[in-house]
Formats: sequence, structure tokens, C-alpha cells
Amino acid sequence: MTRTQSRSWTDVRPARRAEIPEGLWLRCPECAQMIYRRQMEANLHVCPECGHHYRISAEERVRQLADPGSFTRMFDTIEPTDPLKFRDLKPYPDRLRAEQLKTGQRDAVLAGELFIKGRQSVVCCLDLTFMMGSMGSVVGETITRTIEHATDRRLPLVIVSCSGGARMQESGLSLMQMAKTSAALARYDDHGGLFISVLTDPTTGGVTASFAMLGDVILAEPAALIGFAGPRVIQQTIRQELPPGFQRSEFLLAKGLVDRVVARAQLRNELARLIDYAGF
Amino acid sequence: MASFYTLDFEKPATEVERRLAEARRRLADAEANRLRPPPSAPSPFPALDEAEAPVDTPDPGLLRTEIDELAAERRRLLEAAYTNLSPWNTVRVARHPERPHSREYIDAFCRDFCELHGDRRYGDDPAIITGFGRIGPHKCLIVGHQKGRNTQEKLACHFGCAHPEGYRKALAKMKLAEKYGVPVVTLVDTPGAYPGLGAEERGQAEAIAVNLREMSRLRVPIVSIVIGEGGSGGALGIAVADRVAMLQHAWYSVISPEGCAAILWKQANESTNRAAADALRLTAADNLRLGIIDDIIDEPLGGAHRDKTGAAQRVERWIVDQLQDLKTMDADTIVRKRYDRFRKIGAFREAEGV
Repeated sequence: MTRTQSRSWTDVRPARRAEIPEGLWLRCPECAQMIYRRQMEANLHVCPECGHHYRISAEERVRQLADPGSFTRMFDTIEPTDPLKFRDLKPYPDRLRAEQLKTGQRDAVLAGELFIKGRQSVVCCLDLTFMMGSMGSVVGETITRTIEHATDRRLPLVIVSCSGGARMQESGLSLMQMAKTSAALARYDDHGGLFISVLTDPTTGGVTASFAMLGDVILAEPAALIGFAGPRVIQQTIRQELPPGFQRSEFLLAKGLVDRVVARAQLRNELARLIDYAGF
Repeated sequence: MASFYTLDFEKPATEVERRLAEARRRLADAEANRLRPPPSAPSPFPALDEAEAPVDTPDPGLLRTEIDELAAERRRLLEAAYTNLSPWNTVRVARHPERPHSREYIDAFCRDFCELHGDRRYGDDPAIITGFGRIGPHKCLIVGHQKGRNTQEKLACHFGCAHPEGYRKALAKMKLAEKYGVPVVTLVDTPGAYPGLGAEERGQAEAIAVNLREMSRLRVPIVSIVIGEGGSGGALGIAVADRVAMLQHAWYSVISPEGCAAILWKQANESTNRAAADALRLTAADNLRLGIIDDIIDEPLGGAHRDKTGAAQRVERWIVDQLQDLKTMDADTIVRKRYDRFRKIGAFREAEGV
């Protein structure tokens, strides 16, 4: 756990948590060990030394969950617009364009059908690399279509969440996506669907307060930040230090808010097992 | 109108209101003087009488003219101040301390409100009031955020920021209403759901999410009115309705202007708050244009805080009209239409090729 004071050629600056690490070697932000990047990647983007779960893109998530070659993309023609002519320090269309160029995606979501250990399912993954996985109209619409598709086809549904919450740049329209996705889940539930919600680091705000907490079964990756309000907002409100581990997966498990904390290496097995138990 | 709280843009109007109240008081005094019987016999103390009946007793006719002029002036100034209210000033009106809260609307609507407390799980959150009451000819279940009037109440209600138990209480009572076929009326007035340790521990996000899901399939009519602040998920948590209206000077958005400014402008101050309020399109007119609400209920001249009775009458009339209309539909139709109402909200484009 020691960090050298003087810089030498072995020094690699720790990767910022929100980013997918680049470079051959990186220092784990959790245990501060030097790790070979390829080894970490082969380990499903989990630190081989301490088990720290790195944040991963939606594409990587699907690659990890799907039986090889079984994934078919769906609803990927939906594109964001700027209905509010939103402008903060930067106009919203400029932000969108920059994010689209950076990620090669239209918005912060990836949906489709796949097989998980031979079980046909519908999946939707949020993508942190695109505007912090925030939910605007496109994310809301894609998730709703995915849920409706699962309802029509009577397939199990897996949504992997990671998001900063509702997207401010679409204001009230983003807020309404919370109601829209939750209403679609009500119908899916009426039709006897199985919705497994997987919460990963971080899942906060309007995403947590809508579909993410509505799973028939809720799984969480270890040590993921999961909450309604962000820790900084809470700290400013109550003006005291937050207890260690507050709003992390294990804390939610202890409070009875999630069903299981599941390491990434076990996720595929767990999903397949739950699908079996539900009888799909 | 004895308020110490004045918004800067309505200062000229409040000054005229002060003079108007003064003139009305003088008119009342003058009329009282006129009605007093004249002394029957010459007084032995003429000097004292002189002092009692001042020579410049105002002419009631002149006073009435002055009052009419002042009233016209007040109307003109209020109209000027309140037409095209900027978004940020709308937020400030929506937070006006004299603005009527849910409790006052409920008292104005019903004579026999039967409040029901508690979520049967953890506690009773005073930040959300629930209970049965009659609005016009309709039996209803009323759910409303409550901010609290005095300091003690405000602290108990966390200034209208509800905890999970508040949302769970609301849902439990709505299910009760569903069981007996009683329609639900919700009054939204919150800066947002409470962000704190206990709220997180007890599942704030889960409580709101479950309300969204269950309200979407509740088999009785639901109508919602944003009467003041419609702050984010905390507001939506009781506002998944068949018909949603906003009072003219209420605001409804995904985040408060201060919260938005702190994140996107990196600091919240007067100028960034104003910019965020503009950007968020949080006014009633904007929300109507975006299809997020169905109606705007006009407020009395100069805002609901100037005429609480007038505001309550307008809200009541809207509720009665909506319920009258919704009562003609069967439960399946209501639930299907509610689904479609939210299903179509969103702005996106379908790209041509992949």
C-alpha cells in the first residue's frame, strides 16, 4: 500500500476511475499494486490482486455476458436531439457530438437479444463512457422498447445499470423516462416476466429511483456505489462525515435493498441459474 | 398582506398595496366618524371637541376615488410584474413563504378531511399528507407534499422533502383507494426527496421507483397538480397521473436550478441559478409545450400567495372537471390511457441507416 514519493520510470499514474485504463501497466486505484493491463482484462476487468471491479463499457459487458456470437443488437437507430435548446457552459448538441465521436455510439445504451449459457434473454446495458450513462429520451425509449420486446416475446430481461442519473440537458423529458420505463416494467410484471436488475458502479439518481430498483431479483457488483442522492449532496445536507462503506453494495445488502452481491466472474452463472429457477 | 417577504420585482406593487390598505383604513375611519351622532348640546369644553373632531376630516368621496385609482395602479403593476415572469423569478414565486401549501388547499376543498397516517412499516412522514376527503361532489383520496408553515413544522417536514416512509405511506393509501374505487388527487410541492443517511438506508430510490410502477397500473383515476415546486423524482413519486396540471407560477423539472448550476456551471450563485432556471425549461408553459403536463391552472393576479381562496377555487374547479370526465371511463381504459400518456413522452430521432 506504499506509494513512492519520488517519481521513477516505474511510476505510472493511477487511472481515473471513470475511464477505461490505457497503457500497458496500470496502478490499481484500490490496492495501488502495479498490474499488467492484459492480465486485468483477461480477468474480466477485475484487479487480479485485490478484486477491484473496474468500470467497463456496455460493449464489454455484453461480451462478458453473451454466449460467443449470440448477441443481436436492437433498437440502435434511435438518436438524441436537443428538444430544449439546452445550453450550459457548452451547448448540448456539441456535448452529444463530442461524446458520439469519443465512443462511436449514438447514446448511453446498448440493447439486444442474447443467449446466457444457452438461455435466450433480452439485455440492456447502460454505458458510463457516454455522458456518465445518464438517462435522457434515447435511453428511456430504448429501455422501454427492450422491456416491451421482452414482454411480447416472453423472454427474461436483464438490465445492467451504471449511471449518474437522469440527464439534465433534457430536463422534464428525462424525468418522464423514469415513469415510462417503470410503467413498462409494470406491464412486464403483469405478464409474469422475470426482470433481473444488475447494479454496477455507480448507479445513482433517477436510474436507481426507477427501473434499476424494480428488479424481481436485484444483483449488485461488489463495492459498487448505489444510491438515490450522491454522497456529496448528502454530505452537504447533513453536514457530517458519511460512515465508511455507505451506499456501497455490501451496505445495501445489509439494509435489505439488494438480493445478492455477485462478483463479475460469477455473474453469468448467477443469471443462468436465476433464469432456470424462474422456469424460463 | 402583512408579509415581510417581498420579491424585488414586485416591490412597486407591494408599495401601492401598502398605500391602498392605508387609504381603505382611512375611509373606514371617516365613515365611522360620519356615523357618530353630533353632540346634542354645546360642549362646555370647546377646545377639547376641536381636538376630537379634526378639521381635515377626509371626504369619503375623495378617498373612494383615491382607492379606485390605487387599485387600478396595483392591478397594472401586478400585471406588469407577473406577465412574462422569468423562469428564475417563477421559482422564487413558487417558493414564496406565503404561498398556499397542500394543507391549506385541503382545508379549502373539504370540510370533512379524514387524515390517515403512517406507512405501517417504519413511521409517519409529515412531509406527505394522505387522507380521504370530498372535493365538490367527488369522494377522493388526497395525497400532498407538506412543507410546514412555522419553524417547528418546517423542521418536522424537512421543508417538504419526504423520506421513503412518506412515499410508502402515499402508496399504501392509494392502494386503499383503489380497493374502494375512490379516485386519487395528488398535490405536488417539494424541492426534491430528502437526501440523507436514513433516507438512503431505508431505500429512498426503491420507494420512489415502486410508486412509479404501482401508480402506472392503479385501477382508479389519478389527477395531479404541481402547486408549487415540482423537484425531480421526489415530485414524480406521487405524480404518475391520468391528468397533470401545474399552477401558473409553479415549476417542474428534473433538478432544482441550484443543483443544476452546481453541477453544470460548477457553482451555484445568483447568475448561474438564473441561467440554469432558463435552460431547464421548468415553467408551466414550457412543460405544457413539451407534453409533460396537460393543463395550466391560472393563478389569481399577483400569484396564489395574494389570494389563497381564489387559488383554491381554481384548483378545485379543475379537479372536479377532470374527475367528472375520468369517471366515465372503465378501469382498463384508464390504465391503458395512462400508459400511453407516459409512453409517448420523449424527444429523439430515428436514424436512417445503421
